Amino acid sequence: MLKIANFRDLDKAYAEFKPRMALRTEADHKSFAKRELLICGGTGCQSSNSLILLEVLKKEIKAAGLEDQVTAHITGCFGFCEKGPIVKVFPDDVFYVEVGVDDAAEIVESHLKNNTIITRLLYKDPAQGNKPIASHHEMDFYKKQMRVALCNCGLINPEEIEEYIAAGGYQALALCLEKKKPQDVVQEMKISGLRGRGGGGFPTGIKWEVAAAQPGPVKYMVCNADEGDPGAFMDRSILEGDPHSIIEGMAIAAYAIGSDRGFVYIRAEYPLAIQRLQRAVDQSREAGLLGKNIFGSGFSFDLELKYGAGAFVCGEETALLRSIEGGRGEPTSKPPFPAQSGLWGKPTIINNVETLANVPQILRRGGAWFASFGSEKSKGTKVFALAGKINNVGLVEVPMGISLKDIIYEIGGGIKNGKKFKAVQTGGPSGGCIPAAELDINIDYDNLIAAGSMMGSGGMIVMDEDNCMVDIAKFYLDFTMEESCGKCTPCRIGNKRIHEILTNITEGRGSLEDLEKLKNLAEVIKDTALCGLGQTAPNPVLSTMKHFWDEYVAHVVDKRCPARVCTHLLDYFITDSCVGCGLCKRGCPVSCITGNKKEVHVIDNALCIKCGSCISKCPTKSIVRQ
Amino acid sequence: MAEDNCQCGESGFKKLAEYIRQFPDKKTALIKVLYEAQHIFGFLSKDVMLFVADKLDVPAAKISGVVSFYSYFTTTPKGRTQIKCCMGTACFVRGAEKIISRFEEKLNIKRGETGADLEYSLDSLRCVGACGLAPVVLVNDQVFGKLEAADVDTILANNQG
Ligand SMILES: Cc1cc2nc3c(=O)[nH]c(=O)nc-3n(C[C@H](O)[C@H](O)[C@H](O)COP(=O)(O)O)c2cc1C
Ligand code: SF4
Ligand code: SF4
Ligand code: SF4
Ligand code: FES
Repeated sequence: MLKIANFRDLDKAYAEFKPRMALRTEADHKSFAKRELLICGGTGCQSSNSLILLEVLKKEIKAAGLEDQVTAHITGCFGFCEKGPIVKVFPDDVFYVEVGVDDAAEIVESHLKNNTIITRLLYKDPAQGNKPIASHHEMDFYKKQMRVALCNCGLINPEEIEEYIAAGGYQALALCLEKKKPQDVVQEMKISGLRGRGGGGFPTGIKWEVAAAQPGPVKYMVCNADEGDPGAFMDRSILEGDPHSIIEGMAIAAYAIGSDRGFVYIRAEYPLAIQRLQRAVDQSREAGLLGKNIFGSGFSFDLELKYGAGAFVCGEETALLRSIEGGRGEPTSKPPFPAQSGLWGKPTIINNVETLANVPQILRRGGAWFASFGSEKSKGTKVFALAGKINNVGLVEVPMGISLKDIIYEIGGGIKNGKKFKAVQTGGPSGGCIPAAELDINIDYDNLIAAGSMMGSGGMIVMDEDNCMVDIAKFYLDFTMEESCGKCTPCRIGNKRIHEILTNITEGRGSLEDLEKLKNLAEVIKDTALCGLGQTAPNPVLSTMKHFWDEYVAHVVDKRCPARVCTHLLDYFITDSCVGCGLCKRGCPVSCITGNKKEVHVIDNALCIKCGSCISKCPTKSIVRQ
Repeated sequence: MAEDNCQCGESGFKKLAEYIRQFPDKKTALIKVLYEAQHIFGFLSKDVMLFVADKLDVPAAKISGVVSFYSYFTTTPKGRTQIKCCMGTACFVRGAEKIISRFEEKLNIKRGETGADLEYSLDSLRCVGACGLAPVVLVNDQVFGKLEAADVDTILANNQG
């Protein structure tokens, strides 16, 4: 069993495990005498049967008598979720996409036995005339990326501590405990310029400095793994793909502020992340990297998982603390800030998962190294979750300051099905949308705020011409209204009122005055709500009104939904392909369809209640909405 | 003593008591204990909540306050097949509404409801983190992705068989 009692033990373990990485990281292994297959074992790929694929691959490898030459195991998310499951072959550096269980035999026979790459399973780049690409380094999706927080995802097996150590893990913690005073650690973090990745963008070094300065022996270190923004999944991928980096980051933070106890607040909806993190905690504790007297340095730290139970507001730090204490997760007003008075009234720092994943890298390579990337006021790299109507859905990590256009069109591969780009929503339910005219914006904290949106956790939801922006705004209000804790009136009543007005607009009962009302209400709520949830809830409405005013006007004046989404504003027609079967007529709840058997039927739109029943009944798909 | 409705044969209450014993700090363990209790019993009945109140030495009123606050917890039994449609943003912009409506229509229950025969329950949830597969549906926690309305019929047909 692995035991690390002092700094020398870590050096020894590193020397012992490092050769594991040779095939994966060193370029000069072209003899192919040995090979390694890495298969994504993240939530996304697992649901496309990647674990079964792994088992079948192992069986085929054994059957082919290649057991001594080839190993296969899981790794964390490669980021290219759109084309999962992904299998990466080392040292060849070949990247297979959309690999099915049926493909296992061919991979073993053709690639592993006969050294012939299977072109069929390679990624075909549409931008290069569908040319098959073997190495991910040649793919546009990866070319502009730079992985810091995600550096081990897709490289190591997250279920084994030996792999993390082989990749240099726990060396940053050792360095801090052996050579740095807590204030030196804080100083290094300040030099790095790292800002919190959980949404607010508060400088991490300064947060730690405040907590470190508080008197008293009891302080807490909390990791916020609640990842509430629907459509963002970077924290999940880090927890699943590199859980030890979070433990190491938390231990370093605890050392810097003088804490010996930590909590990870993790959402119950992420069972795989919980399982991987718990396993990593158990391994670290067993090895002596958590617990009393770590590395024999005199520093002690241990941590515990706490579950979030499906309340978005618990991602807000004060609510999160109440939830860890075992109560209802209702926010409290600030000040006092948690760094002064947090868990059970003791100084507490709360950092996001991605923030913490950067910490070991920063301490190993230096704050100045991290600060050499990114923009003037937003240093380093940031992970973005690309989702929605974009070709390459997935996780990307890029230097701050990159243009939105590069993210959407080069890395993201443009819009799905050749449709027209309409907007991208950043910052989740607290954020706003950025329209086509502002695609040149360089992404960082301050530029996004200037554009009327915000960074949030880094979710980017791409919308095309088929999305209705009023409907999207209503979707977000639906979310915040449901998630409001109800403690303060502006949020509880105000956001509900906004939602009502938006519903009226999408159902054809809106007026121009409603648009004025929306603006006024939004301003009042922003100024008076107690916590970030309520304060930012009107942002999606304000920002869609600002950029898509015409679309709102079309809804309230012309009673028309230009994107043809709002069903109440559409008319139903039966086209000539109707065979007159009468099924629609029988199912119509208001009997507004007429027509004789075997003749084209007709819908009376004055009576139609737009229930959509006829469309789903029609065997010939003859009914259309316009 | 309350009726023991654990489906696994072994006494659910015994299992739960066993689980609770590992926590030195009982009061802060409440959410984890409720989470475990829901896994054992499928839902949090009044009896289960009273049992937890007793074991953790917290007022029953506090427990019901916590249970009602968190959407993960349910106080009514769920169907044998639990269908959860992701209504997170990524799934929403890729047509999740059509999927859940199709389920409503086929199962003849609304979202949030359980059929009277306890065969199916239909819920919406927010982002399971598989946004790359949007729109996503969980059927008894198995993930189905990249769905179209027609796939709903297939899922239900396969589930019957
Ligand atoms: C309504 C609301 C929800 C939030 N949800 C999250 C979340 O899910 N994850 C997160 O890390 N931060 C979330 N935050 C931000 C946290 O309050 C806090 O600022 C953050 O965890 C601090 O960590 P950082 O400095 O490393 O970013 C949320 C804030 C608000 C107002
Ligand atoms: S703003 Fe909303 S979520 Fe925040 S405290 Fe008020 S009611 Fe609760
Ligand atoms: S949408 Fe509903 S009300 Fe309108 S014609 Fe079809 S079935 Fe009848
Ligand atoms: S169901 Fe379709 S084919 Fe049949 S009468 Fe109606 S429109 Fe015509
Ligand atoms: S929004 Fe549905 S899985 Fe993320």
